Amino acid sequence: MNRRATQESPAARVALVTLTILLLLILLLLPLVVVFSEALMRGFGAMVDSLAETDSIAAIRLTMIVAAVTVPLNAVCGVAAAWCIGRFRFPGRGLLVTLIELPFSVSPVISGLVWVLLFGANGWLGPILNRAGMHIIFAVPGLILATTFVTFPFVARTLIPLMEHQGAAEEEAALTLGASGWQTFWRVTLPNIRWGLLYGVLLCNARAMGEFGAVAVVSGHIRGQTMTMPLQVEALFNDYDWVGAFTIAGLLSLLALATLAVKASLEWRIGQRSEALL
Amino acid sequence: MPYLALSRRSLLAAAAVGPMASAAFAADAALLNVSYDPTRELYRDINRAFISEWKKKTGDRITINQSHAGSGAQARAVLDGLQADVVTLALAADIDALARRGLLAADWQARLPDNSSPTTSTIVLLVRKGNPKGIHDWPDLVRQDVAIVTPNPKTSGGARWNFLAALAWAQAQPNAKNESTEEFMHLLFRRVPVLDTGARGATNSFAQRGLGDVLIAWENEAWLARKEFGADEFSIVYPSISILAEPPVAMVDSVVDRKGTRAVAEAYLQFLYTREAQEIAAKNYYRPRDPTVAAQYAERYPAMRLVTIQDFGGWNTAQAAYFADGGMFDRIFTPGR
Repeated sequence: MNRRATQESPAARVALVTLTILLLLILLLLPLVVVFSEALMRGFGAMVDSLAETDSIAAIRLTMIVAAVTVPLNAVCGVAAAWCIGRFRFPGRGLLVTLIELPFSVSPVISGLVWVLLFGANGWLGPILNRAGMHIIFAVPGLILATTFVTFPFVARTLIPLMEHQGAAEEEAALTLGASGWQTFWRVTLPNIRWGLLYGVLLCNARAMGEFGAVAVVSGHIRGQTMTMPLQVEALFNDYDWVGAFTIAGLLSLLALATLAVKASLEWRIGQRSEALL
Repeated sequence: MPYLALSRRSLLAAAAVGPMASAAFAADAALLNVSYDPTRELYRDINRAFISEWKKKTGDRITINQSHAGSGAQARAVLDGLQADVVTLALAADIDALARRGLLAADWQARLPDNSSPTTSTIVLLVRKGNPKGIHDWPDLVRQDVAIVTPNPKTSGGARWNFLAALAWAQAQPNAKNESTEEFMHLLFRRVPVLDTGARGATNSFAQRGLGDVLIAWENEAWLARKEFGADEFSIVYPSISILAEPPVAMVDSVVDRKGTRAVAEAYLQFLYTREAQEIAAKNYYRPRDPTVAAQYAERYPAMRLVTIQDFGGWNTAQAAYFADGGMFDRIFTPGR
């Protein structure tokens, strides 16, 4: 056998490539086509009309509010956590990493249920808060909490390997030259991690807007009040309003496509940068 | 708007929901009606009528917010703090559960006429065009070639009525014994490939996704499916025996007292008994209580042999015997077969 181990026969190569493309078409492209064709089933006008429904507008607005609170919060916490883990060695560091990754391994339904157990009328903190007239679950704060929990790891998880790889040399140099802590952060650390941070924020945002399971548990399904876009899709589908359901689903798909495009361009940039570093 | 109390305290959220907050304060009052799954269309129409009626009577604008899911799941959410002014659920047991925790008066069901159920319904069988499997009554469902769609009795109220309707047939058979009825239910649920959490989910599984040969459903849900998917797509089979389903309504005392919405919540529930609301209910395929309206729609709602929940000893007994942990449903249903 003088063929190298990595070299497949041309037939096998063609077969594998065809299979991959076929799978991509069936698994990715076909559902997208279905979403948009169902949204346009009754024409463009019907699709636009369904977007003008007050409950759908409320769902879109609520989704944006939740993302607007969740994403910056997780970006700040993620940078802090990644800095702490990427720059320092301390006892319990491994445990901290595991804790940060916990939301990845927990079922979204459980991620919602913990807030019900904490803030529900019969939960640990619920009775005290309710007496003060504050409602966390079945209200916007609950949706934000559940989404924050589910999307917490994205920024930290992207930045930890990056910061570990970069090392602290540049920051140490800055400090030696008399820069203050904040100066070092704004002029050295942040510029170094900016593309990785953007990448993490992007993933975090996509998940925050698309999350279903965790928010379904804490939502209470109040029309026009506590329905995010994914919940609204389900509600409209069950109302037999397919145009409405698939229009919102189409919006979410567009968001996913935009995320994908920005992600690809970021990956290309990060790739170029690391090549330049080498 | 349940979250306003907090958002006013938290700067960030307040800035974000600012435009919504001002809109909410402009409205005079808001009721939250927490309801079961198939009433989406019914309450959309009822709410519209009540809002204009209330405006005419008092001059006040009112908003009515709706929440829909499986009846059991909704009761659970209200227990966990969902701020429902009124609950309009599939069966009395789910509201009893709220009363036991002190959310509303124990005698809630006596506060309104007709067991607090302004409409009734029953359980029917929905089959595909031309009834290809020849399904005419309950015993046809346990045949080897039949697949049944019905939701999960643990989360859905309709599913519990479905269960009891089938059980009523088994118990009405000559020489029926506890073992024979339980065996019939066991055979029936062997023919159920998947349990949805709510009635509407089950209807969608059957009508939209094409699952199963027969849907055990609320009469109103079966009629609505024919309206939505085309009358020639499905036919309704009225079994030889079924159950009188009484979906009750109630005001949640603890919530209306805190929010100061008792008067409007009371008026809303009483409105359900008016001629106008009964007419709306009948149009949405619910059986009206009002005799005049009932006579008008008599053709649509054939007389049937109906047992009632009292034949099962009332909801307290039925819930414990059939649906609680270790009850008959747990004994007969093993998923994945």
